[in-house]
Amino acid sequence: MSAAHLPALLGGLTLAACLGAAAVPRRALPGVAGAGTALVGAAGVACGVAALDRGIEPIELAGALPLAGLRLAADATSGLFLVLIGAVAVAAGIYTAGYAGRGHGSARTPLVLLPVFVAAMLAVPLAASVTTFLFFWELMALASLALVLAEQRRPAVREAGLAYAVMTHLGFVAVLVGLVVFAAAAGAEEFGGLGEAAAGLSPATRTAVFLCTVIGFGSKAGLVPLHAWLPRAHPEAPSQVSALMSAGMVNLGIYGVVRVDLDLLGPGPRWWGLALLAAGAATAVYGVLQAAVATDLKRLLAYSTSENMGLVCVALGVAALLRATAGNDEPTAAGAAAVVALTAAFVHLFGHAAFKCLGFLAAGSVLAATGRRDLDALGGLARRMPTTTTAFGIAALGACGLPLGCGFIGEWLLVQSLVHALPAGGTLVALVLPLTVGVVALTAGLGVAAMVKAFGVGFLARPRSEEAERAVEGGPAMAAGMGLAALACGVLAVAPAVLSPALGRVLPELPAVTGQGAGAVPAPDLDTVLRLPGTSGAMSPGLLAVGVAVGIVVALAATHWRARRRPAPLRDAPLWACGGAAPTARMQYTATSFAEPLQRVFDGILRPEVEFAVTPYPQSSYLVERASYRSRLRDVVESVFYRPVLRAISAAAAVVRRAHQGSIHAYLAYGALGLVVALLVAM
Amino acid sequence: MGLVASIRRLGRIAEPAPPTTWAGAAPPDQASKHPEAGGGAEALPAALRGSLQLRHVDAGSCNGCEIEIGACFSPVYDAERYGARLVASPRHADGLLVTGVVTRNMTDALRDTVAATPEPRVVIAVGDCARDCGEFAGAYGVVGAVRDVVPVDAEVPGCPPPPDAIIQVLRQVTGR
Amino acid sequence: MSGGTEVYAAQAADGFSASGAAGAVLQVAAVVAGAPLVIGWMRQVRARLEGRAGAGWLQPWRDLRKLFAKQDVIPRGTTRVFTTAPLVLAATSLLIAAIVPVVTTASPLDEMGDLFAVVGLLLVGTVALTLAGLDTGTAFGGMGASREVTIAALVEPTILVAGLALSVPAGSSNLGAIVESAVADPGAVATPAAALAFIALIVVVLAETGRLPVDNPSTHLELTMVHEAMVLEYTGARLALVEWASAIRLTVLLALLANLFVPWGIADAGSGVAGLLVGLVAVAAKVCVLATLLAAGEVFLAKLRLFRVPELLAGSFLIGLLAVTASYFLPSPS
Repeated sequence: MSAAHLPALLGGLTLAACLGAAAVPRRALPGVAGAGTALVGAAGVACGVAALDRGIEPIELAGALPLAGLRLAADATSGLFLVLIGAVAVAAGIYTAGYAGRGHGSARTPLVLLPVFVAAMLAVPLAASVTTFLFFWELMALASLALVLAEQRRPAVREAGLAYAVMTHLGFVAVLVGLVVFAAAAGAEEFGGLGEAAAGLSPATRTAVFLCTVIGFGSKAGLVPLHAWLPRAHPEAPSQVSALMSAGMVNLGIYGVVRVDLDLLGPGPRWWGLALLAAGAATAVYGVLQAAVATDLKRLLAYSTSENMGLVCVALGVAALLRATAGNDEPTAAGAAAVVALTAAFVHLFGHAAFKCLGFLAAGSVLAATGRRDLDALGGLARRMPTTTTAFGIAALGACGLPLGCGFIGEWLLVQSLVHALPAGGTLVALVLPLTVGVVALTAGLGVAAMVKAFGVGFLARPRSEEAERAVEGGPAMAAGMGLAALACGVLAVAPAVLSPALGRVLPELPAVTGQGAGAVPAPDLDTVLRLPGTSGAMSPGLLAVGVAVGIVVALAATHWRARRRPAPLRDAPLWACGGAAPTARMQYTATSFAEPLQRVFDGILRPEVEFAVTPYPQSSYLVERASYRSRLRDVVESVFYRPVLRAISAAAAVVRRAHQGSIHAYLAYGALGLVVALLVAM
Repeated sequence: MGLVASIRRLGRIAEPAPPTTWAGAAPPDQASKHPEAGGGAEALPAALRGSLQLRHVDAGSCNGCEIEIGACFSPVYDAERYGARLVASPRHADGLLVTGVVTRNMTDALRDTVAATPEPRVVIAVGDCARDCGEFAGAYGVVGAVRDVVPVDAEVPGCPPPPDAIIQVLRQVTGR
Repeated sequence: MSGGTEVYAAQAADGFSASGAAGAVLQVAAVVAGAPLVIGWMRQVRARLEGRAGAGWLQPWRDLRKLFAKQDVIPRGTTRVFTTAPLVLAATSLLIAAIVPVVTTASPLDEMGDLFAVVGLLLVGTVALTLAGLDTGTAFGGMGASREVTIAALVEPTILVAGLALSVPAGSSNLGAIVESAVADPGAVATPAAALAFIALIVVVLAETGRLPVDNPSTHLELTMVHEAMVLEYTGARLALVEWASAIRLTVLLALLANLFVPWGIADAGSGVAGLLVGLVAVAAKVCVLATLLAAGEVFLAKLRLFRVPELLAGSFLIGLLAVTASYFLPSPS
């Protein structure tokens, strides 16, 4: 079977999975839908590997869409995203078989749509023309919307679905306008033609296309201030869908930026890079701050997605900025650093997909076992659910961006690119990059706080609710899905070299970032020891892991010093409660109290709504009858940025409503008037 | 910088270490037989030689003994030079300094604190109240002396005991 | 820069040296044995300044020896996180002691992790301990964990920006290379950039090791604790590991601070036995001086209120930022 047949296989499998899920009896439904989704994902991985290997030649399906037809093709860049999304779908699909089997999101429609959603996500990077791209982009949005609404009986889900529907379509409009303007100005519809014509476009057109597409793709990737749908929709969707959206779909926003703005349209002026950098930095810090104070486990993970997409966007911005600084006459340090930054973006995409997929699957497992997402009501799961706890621990370590975790390498590469660009980049770079380092560092630090909270409060210590006390593991299918994602986390954490061949093919395809001719820089070699082109920084995640393991063995040996003199250990000793009665579970720190210092430090940004009321007895104002304290954290961007917009739209709608009187005569008059106007314009 | 001047003017405040009352008479292991430490007959644990972390428990004291314990760790007496140190948690401690009669409300707390202290450990009853209820014997809220509630390894007599006496017992444990 | 591949080749060439390997073993041994002595020395300095006689600089070793013979207590409801956290803390501390240029700049482990990886490893140890604090499920454990994480998160920007200020002149973020470039170019130590970075890094060391004015290591009052509150449930050998690891972290950070700015005497890839011994004596002297200064400084300081600490850290971040800008606009004369 040649590479050209793989997309057909993908389509066929999707159809089969869909029909199968629609036809089988209820009992077999979760298994069939899950297996179908996993198979579609596997086909996507196969497509991706083929694309990375040699590319997939364009396939024209003229009759598939009226007027334009569909055009599919894949180069290595597409291949990278196909592998990424396909792999997430495999893990999520296997997990679905167990998760839906336990009655979560087990209605037939969402399960039938699951393979369609995965296929639509896989088709986006396969698209090779504007129409095809927009078609699958919208299909993906609609399928995911239906999946978000899977548990539509809960009001929170309906609200989230509404926010998602509105935001995703506003984003779609931005992408649509951007790409249509691009296609109209370039006089071509397929991507190859767009790329060739891009250099000849006027700066105004290029700027317009850049802004529209970055806004559209940025809203999909969850960039501030267009992230508002993400922390609503991702938590409310069934968990395997959350994983697919947070670890899969958001990447396509980044794919859009890479494909359209860096590849087809680029290289751009310096401010493009700065704009991406600024948007990414704002997103990273804002996302991680919200994650650090969030108390809903899945909402925390959703904000963390926003944060990580921000970091990826920072890396892309740095790459674009440095490339614009570097020039193409000779190899420069800035050019080399640009390549490192781009590598950082891709490596971090993979790391993020792995740990976020695992994080949402583990959170789903907790949700299935306890019905609770509120960290303040969890705790003590480490004893009841060891597999899930281990899985979430691995995911949290990755999300911390610490050594031994799979998020570290991307962040390390990003910081390296900043270190090595500084001397060569000129004054602007010298002013911007140190601040960027500060932003990345703050993001990493707060990320640690958020994940320590999620793991430490959610899984360790003693259960804070009856549901958490009764939690049980979810069965082999869910464990297998999580195991697969955990394996990916582990491999990416210690051996990023597995990405090296793929990056070696992808980077030369993006000359807008990696440079052309004499200025071209080869892809960095991610060996056991990471060494970077044109720089002397080196780090070895694998050896670090070995070193820590050896250190643990040495420390364990050290604990045996004088062990024979020790009295027998005292197990199950009561906790030291300072002489008081045994501490109850309510005395533990909760997620809210854990994040309280950070909330106070960042009071000015988070602006918590605090109500404090004391009711004294009528006899004396010193005798307190009741005191109530309520503190609520909302998304500040939502209240500052969206509320005025929504209010303006409501006001405008109120004006328009006056014309709607319900009188048939008035509507007939409008129709006649409209016809007259149309005729006048046409003449 | 007034503080620098004071440091220079005062120099070393700690008085020279007094001779041990048990020196030469008996090795620290059997020191509990000495009249100063009129407590139990069992030996003080050898594992605590050289280092003794202490947690203080006020079981119902009038705070006279607390003032003297505070004085032990002041620059003048400087009990720290013999390897003794106050710590925050009984889990970190090797010894408990129990002061006062054991009142009803503190009985469980005292037992819990002893149980929370890992072996080998010493319980030192400081002051006459802790040894035999002193002034408060027979009062309605008093359960008894410390040894009526938990096993005691060493005792320091006095009302309040002078810091010297407390330090003598601490030195018997640390052997310094 | 035309030297991409040349730099690469040069690195591969000086990847391993017997002297470096011996130096790495020596420095790990020296740090493991010497770290408690540094703590003892600091307590002794402090005691003398307070007019006390002090317990002697060997006292922490006596404490550790005793702790290893004490009973293990596993509190009710704790999981493996509680029992393994001290091991992880100790392991990361040992690894850092092997990577960081203490005695020699040519540690074969230098390529394993650069400045940023070392910072990450420090944070891994911190995270392990905070999780253990949460795992006990006591109010104080959670409180200590929350505070420690807050401080760790806010100190991170300063570390990375100060690290950037040091890495830029050296052209590398690997600690061995930074120290070597300081040896080769002594003038760079006297630049404004280096001075600013030094100040920022001092605050980092204070915050990372929980010294005054960020945290009071000798407090007995639970409500004011940060680090101590997390380890209130540990006993015996595990407590000893925690205290030992904390001492190692302090010692290594002081040694690193000394070597980054006063690198003289440190051994390199070509040093023989004598060179290594000179390096050992030099670093011991430098750490001793820094420890004395730190302990003397603590006599004059009170602990900051927790919510004033972010102001201190924000100030140090600004100084770090100035250091980076200065290193770009006011480069070293040579």
